[in-house]
Amino acid sequence: MSAIAFPVPDQSILARRDAIIAGLARLVPAEALITSADERRPYETDALTAYRRLPMAVVLPSTTQEVAAIMKFCGEQGVPIVPRGAGTSLAGGAIPQEDAVVIGVSKMNRILAIDYANRVARVQAGVTNLAVTGEVSAEGFFYAPDPSSQLACSIGGNIGMNSGGAHCLKYGVTTNNVLGVTLVMLDGSIVEVGGAHLDAPGLDILGLIVGSEGQLGVVTEATVRILRSAEGARPVLFGFPTSEEAGAAVAAIIGAGIIPVAMEFMDKPAIEICEAFAKAGYPMDVEALLIIEVEGSDTEMDAQLARIVAIAREHGVKTVKESQSAMESAAIWKGRKSAFGATGRIADYICMDGTIPTGQLPYVLRRMDEIVKGYGLRVANVFHAGDGNLHPLILYNCNDPVEAQKAEDAGMDILKLCVEVGGCLTGEHGVGIEKRDLMTFQFNPEDLNQQMRVRAVFDQAWLLNPAKVFPLEGRVAA
Amino acid sequence: MTLHIPATEAQACAIVKSVIESGTPLSIIGGNTRAGLGRPTQTQSTLSSAGLTGITLYEPSEMVIGARAGTPLALVQETLAARGQMLPFEPMDHRALLGSEGEPTIGAVAAGNVSGPRRINAGAARDSLIGIRLVNGRGEAIKSGGRVMKNVTGLDLVKLVSGSYGTLGFLTEVIFRVLPVPERVVTLVWRGLSDEAAVALLSAALGSPFEPFAAAHLPEGIGADQARTLLRLENFSDSIDYRSRELGDLLRVHGAPEMIEGEASLELWHDVRDARFFSGTEEAVWRLSLAPTLGPKATATISARVPGARWFYDWGGGLVWLAVPAGEDAAAGAIRAAIKPLGGHATLVRAPAAIRASVPVFEPLAEPLMRVSTGIKTSFDPAGIFEPGRIYAGT
Repeated sequence: MSAIAFPVPDQSILARRDAIIAGLARLVPAEALITSADERRPYETDALTAYRRLPMAVVLPSTTQEVAAIMKFCGEQGVPIVPRGAGTSLAGGAIPQEDAVVIGVSKMNRILAIDYANRVARVQAGVTNLAVTGEVSAEGFFYAPDPSSQLACSIGGNIGMNSGGAHCLKYGVTTNNVLGVTLVMLDGSIVEVGGAHLDAPGLDILGLIVGSEGQLGVVTEATVRILRSAEGARPVLFGFPTSEEAGAAVAAIIGAGIIPVAMEFMDKPAIEICEAFAKAGYPMDVEALLIIEVEGSDTEMDAQLARIVAIAREHGVKTVKESQSAMESAAIWKGRKSAFGATGRIADYICMDGTIPTGQLPYVLRRMDEIVKGYGLRVANVFHAGDGNLHPLILYNCNDPVEAQKAEDAGMDILKLCVEVGGCLTGEHGVGIEKRDLMTFQFNPEDLNQQMRVRAVFDQAWLLNPAKVFPLEGRVAA
Repeated sequence: MTLHIPATEAQACAIVKSVIESGTPLSIIGGNTRAGLGRPTQTQSTLSSAGLTGITLYEPSEMVIGARAGTPLALVQETLAARGQMLPFEPMDHRALLGSEGEPTIGAVAAGNVSGPRRINAGAARDSLIGIRLVNGRGEAIKSGGRVMKNVTGLDLVKLVSGSYGTLGFLTEVIFRVLPVPERVVTLVWRGLSDEAAVALLSAALGSPFEPFAAAHLPEGIGADQARTLLRLENFSDSIDYRSRELGDLLRVHGAPEMIEGEASLELWHDVRDARFFSGTEEAVWRLSLAPTLGPKATATISARVPGARWFYDWGGGLVWLAVPAGEDAAAGAIRAAIKPLGGHATLVRAPAAIRASVPVFEPLAEPLMRVSTGIKTSFDPAGIFEPGRIYAGT
């Protein structure tokens, strides 16, 4: 694939490479600076592997002060900076460029403090999402946002992309669960935004930083909310003869005043792929599967499930299968959360992330199928049904450039469809490079200019993660 | 004094453009019930959302409602209630506290990030606000967010505008996510606890699996002779029975709670939400925001330095409503000095205009953040025409 353009590397920066590296070497210990081509290679891409660019250098600082020194230096030298968490972005948010320095926060991976009475944790940006929950689970607490990549992805990356997950229907996404950050700005200033309290003094700069895709600064620490887990949780599988009936059941459940913690949808191709991988006991004779999770005491879960089952029956549910054990629950979620990985075993795929108003679900599912078939490809659908966040996986062969281009084109058509029906280009993965050139489809020039003017308050020179989010043409610097 | 009442977004754009030319700054009002919040502004003209009303979108099964900015909050709430839904964040009504009259609007709820006791569980207004349309200081109509709740497309200007008190632009339309009204709501009340014991109780409850939706403490003299510690549960009826029993058990060291529901429970939480305990007095009123367990520490320090201070706690202790004799500076120095080492911040919510003009109403920011805030204001409003000085003097 070659459709997405990168900025032309700045020759004047490349020509100064030795001096820039020498400058960086004065700021961090030798082991924190990566310059050889072999060692830079792992940083050339993220989870959007179709695109890659070898960065000029990679630095792995251990402290906020080191990050500040690197930022100040790069800012003064006019060198682009690409912040990197764990490199799991599906949107290419962490893909570097040849004239850039990657600042990776992977060494800043400590949990600094846990405060159960105030229900917050202070963590460094390189801590993995799941490690936060792991640290507090013995006390019955958890960190709510749970992207599928949670084993690997970092809190810093989650903040950059405002990551979601399967359980955000009840618990919200990253922006609803972060109370404060330490932000290093391009001039090297270190600012504390927010804290352990619940609201901001003055403008909500924290709300702006979350989801800013590394374009406003580098987050090195965060104060996140930790929540007490429910007494129990139980996922239940509901198999439907058609996607329309599954979609109608979701609407009816919400209409009845029930908000399950999660409602996940899989279509037949996705069911087959995930079942083959996870052996989760998914029903194979249905066209659509809902995984609905309820929480509470056993009695509470029974009562809530009874209501949900009754609604599902009114909407033609064919199979209802309750998890009978913790192991079975884990298998059910393993199947769903490994949907992307499992798909990768049978074909190359690109994963889209648009959101639609849930009322448009039947129409959009039908249209997506037509679009992908029109390109002669196949699609598997997994998505968060409660909030309309779609994840169509378009299957293709990456060794066939024609097919690869078709897959990318089909993906773009699907995202345009999402916008047309009143939704958006990305629900939780971020814009990155992947959806950058579609931004003009969702936003008009005034909308984008206002965003870019706010961005310019932090970075007039377009040095921070510059190839991302905003189309390369028509950029505004103030 | 000119009052502009645009009937359409295009008219609002035209008015703003004309104002840029004349250079006369604008106040922005909805129902004019929250005009007393922030620093007093000196403006010759006012831009009102009164001509922009009506629900623009309501899809109960998608849990989303949109309305033009001047739509009365009451209409939004009635529309939702008719379908068994509600705004998740229980917005405060400022009329009792500020002694204002008029009809609160949905736009002002968004612009002021106006939340209530439910914030601790369900998030603030900013967490439910998913889309806005806004006329910026260039006279351009811009949008951010949209009608779907999962949306990370581009910079989140929605959050910035929520809580900006009109300083970034004139909202024309807002879209919120909504939630079902719970089947049953009850309040558990413990009596006679000290502030420390009460906040410990609230922390234990909020750290339990029984999911309180609101957690407040009213020290003695606040609405009753005896101190009251309140936990509100919202759920299906059977769950309420189970959870209140479990919570009573978990917290039995603090004594057995009384359970109230219906009108009595509702009224009590309206008092907390609207800080009605301080309505009609001459006192200055502050909101202190800090980590919940630090609430009692802050009030102890303040009470030692500011005679006559009274307070109560919401958000499990993390929001302190504080009333002090107005004096010359609403005791700003003592209050901010007490808060600073605790890592929180203080906002002056009610005081005579002269005090709000001389004392920083919002917590002064460290230099880089102040520079960023000023830059953001300029990026939306380069000519400085919207509510100049409402948040910080000179911007």
